[in-house]
Amino acid sequence: MTLERAIALVFILICLIYGYTAFVVMEASILPFERNLAFLPNVLPKWLSVVGVLVGLAVLIQSGSGTGGQTADDDIDIGNLRQYKLGQAVLLLVLMIAYALLLRPVGFLTTTTLFLILGAMILGERRYLVLVPVALLSAFLIWYLVQEVLGIFLRPWPWFV
Amino acid sequence: MVEGILAGLSTAFSIQNLLMVVAGCLIGTLIGMLPGLGPMSIIAIMIPIAIQIGDPAAALILLAGVYYGAIFGGSTSSILINAPGVAGTVATAFDGYPMARQGQAGKALTVAAIGSFSGGTIGAILLMGFAPGLATVALLFHSAEYFALMVVGLAAIAAFAGSGQVAKALMMTVLGVMLATVGESALFNAPRFTFGVYDLQSGISFITLAMALFALPEALYLVLNPKRSEREGNDGGKIANLRITREEAREIAPVIGRQSLQGFFIGVMPGAGATIASFLGYAVERNIAKGEDRAKFGKGSIKGLAAPETANNAACTGSFVPLLTLGIPGSGTTAILLGALIALNVAPGPRLMVDNPSIFWAVIISMYLGNVVLLILNLPLIPYIAKLLEITRNYLIPFILFFTMMGSYIGQNNATELLLLTGMGLVATIMRMAGYPLAPMLIGFILGPLLENNFARAMNLTDGISFIWQRPMTLALLVFAVVLIFLPSIRAGFARLKGDEAARGD
Repeated sequence: MTLERAIALVFILICLIYGYTAFVVMEASILPFERNLAFLPNVLPKWLSVVGVLVGLAVLIQSGSGTGGQTADDDIDIGNLRQYKLGQAVLLLVLMIAYALLLRPVGFLTTTTLFLILGAMILGERRYLVLVPVALLSAFLIWYLVQEVLGIFLRPWPWFV
Repeated sequence: MVEGILAGLSTAFSIQNLLMVVAGCLIGTLIGMLPGLGPMSIIAIMIPIAIQIGDPAAALILLAGVYYGAIFGGSTSSILINAPGVAGTVATAFDGYPMARQGQAGKALTVAAIGSFSGGTIGAILLMGFAPGLATVALLFHSAEYFALMVVGLAAIAAFAGSGQVAKALMMTVLGVMLATVGESALFNAPRFTFGVYDLQSGISFITLAMALFALPEALYLVLNPKRSEREGNDGGKIANLRITREEAREIAPVIGRQSLQGFFIGVMPGAGATIASFLGYAVERNIAKGEDRAKFGKGSIKGLAAPETANNAACTGSFVPLLTLGIPGSGTTAILLGALIALNVAPGPRLMVDNPSIFWAVIISMYLGNVVLLILNLPLIPYIAKLLEITRNYLIPFILFFTMMGSYIGQNNATELLLLTGMGLVATIMRMAGYPLAPMLIGFILGPLLENNFARAMNLTDGISFIWQRPMTLALLVFAVVLIFLPSIRAGFARLKGDEAARGD
């Protein structure tokens, strides 16, 4: 099965769960006096789930005919993922998750500097004498702009400082 | 009226106010380039400063400058790194980013600047002439018509999709509308589809989804395929080339003309203003274009860039009509401006033109000024802005990733947004690999709540769906939407018929 069809199948599944929530779970939580209202929170979701299943099926049928799924010349060829730098991409995603989890406890300046340095290192940067000052300076500049000039709070230091 | 214009001119051309325009445009452009800070948040941030100025005309002129600057700044990040920070510039990225990838970043920015300038200026002229009359027309649009208008907006998505892609585009639209129903909505104060996750209660923020759908997959593609970051003709010479040839000018002139008008009139109606205007502008131009021109849309068409840029600026100007004449803000940004006006002791409404003509006209004149200043400031800066793309890959990618995360973090100050961003970004990348168009999803997400709210209001007013046949305008718009959905397949059918005939002729 192609990735295209797999996605359409997952989408239909999502629609079914969504529809179950709309038709059954939400219907049960409607209060008695609300039943007379013309519009309820689950009116649109009901429609959406039905339309979604239909459209998903249409994609499922169409993509089988082999006409769809043609990608532009410069796009990624999914049949041959190994020729690309998958490792770097996965590492960067892990780094982003780490950034998300550490941003609050460790503070903006430290995490951002580390993120920029490690990100560039993953991509193969080895000139540390340039990299470290650039990362430090940009982290500080952005923090200064956002917190001091614009007045949006960003905790700069770790929680213990 | 002439007296008013003269009073406005003398106010707007004082040295203090000229400085205000320049400062506003500069601040707006610089901050607007950061994804995540759109015109709305920048104006909100500038309000305390504006109030301290004290003089309402000067304050409004500053804010209008910031507004225009921010919109232009937002287009910059859409074009250069495919990171639309504002809903109104999503359509700009469709063709702006491909142009930048072909080494025409400078030209793309120039087209954007010229489109914005023309849209804004023509909009201001229309505003001067039609403001009072249009205010009454805008009131004819009820929730039923807005609902139908949103359906047209969603149906226009079928026009974005290439042949054979219509079902996929519709599927992504439905997914976008579904995502928009997550969380609490304004109409029913109970959370929906949060599945007990506390962090989903406020819904998924627009900026997080925009970054996850556009900027993140692009950055991951750049990582996966290093050849991608080597732009065609990236020898430094082409980026500096920002001149538009005479043919190109001739090509975009009618687009700019049409979209200034269309954008302005869409902007006048309180509602999604600039966003709808830019999407519809793009869809209309794509449908009008013929043959090769149409094939170029989405692959770096200069028309496809000029259309949304012009329409969104014209709509921004148009959204001042209900604000200044009725006191009704048509968009989030004008709502914040309304707040600023009231804080400055000016009550917008039908009396504004009579009671404070100098303020009313000074604002309109400052719109011209803002547009001119923006053009003068930005045209010389474009080569330097475009140079950003020449930063080596090792630095550029971490910075893009960092800015996408900042964008979704600053808005909500919630680190969970970053996890959502990473997760949705990964899913979006996989979908893009499978050839699914991602733009329809974002459009569905933006228009979904507007659609539902207006649908609900119309249903409550008529106690059912009878409004569809009771209001001719609604019915007409809905029929138009159906036509839009089936247009591509009808067209394909015709093309096949023609092809058959040609084959038989041989």
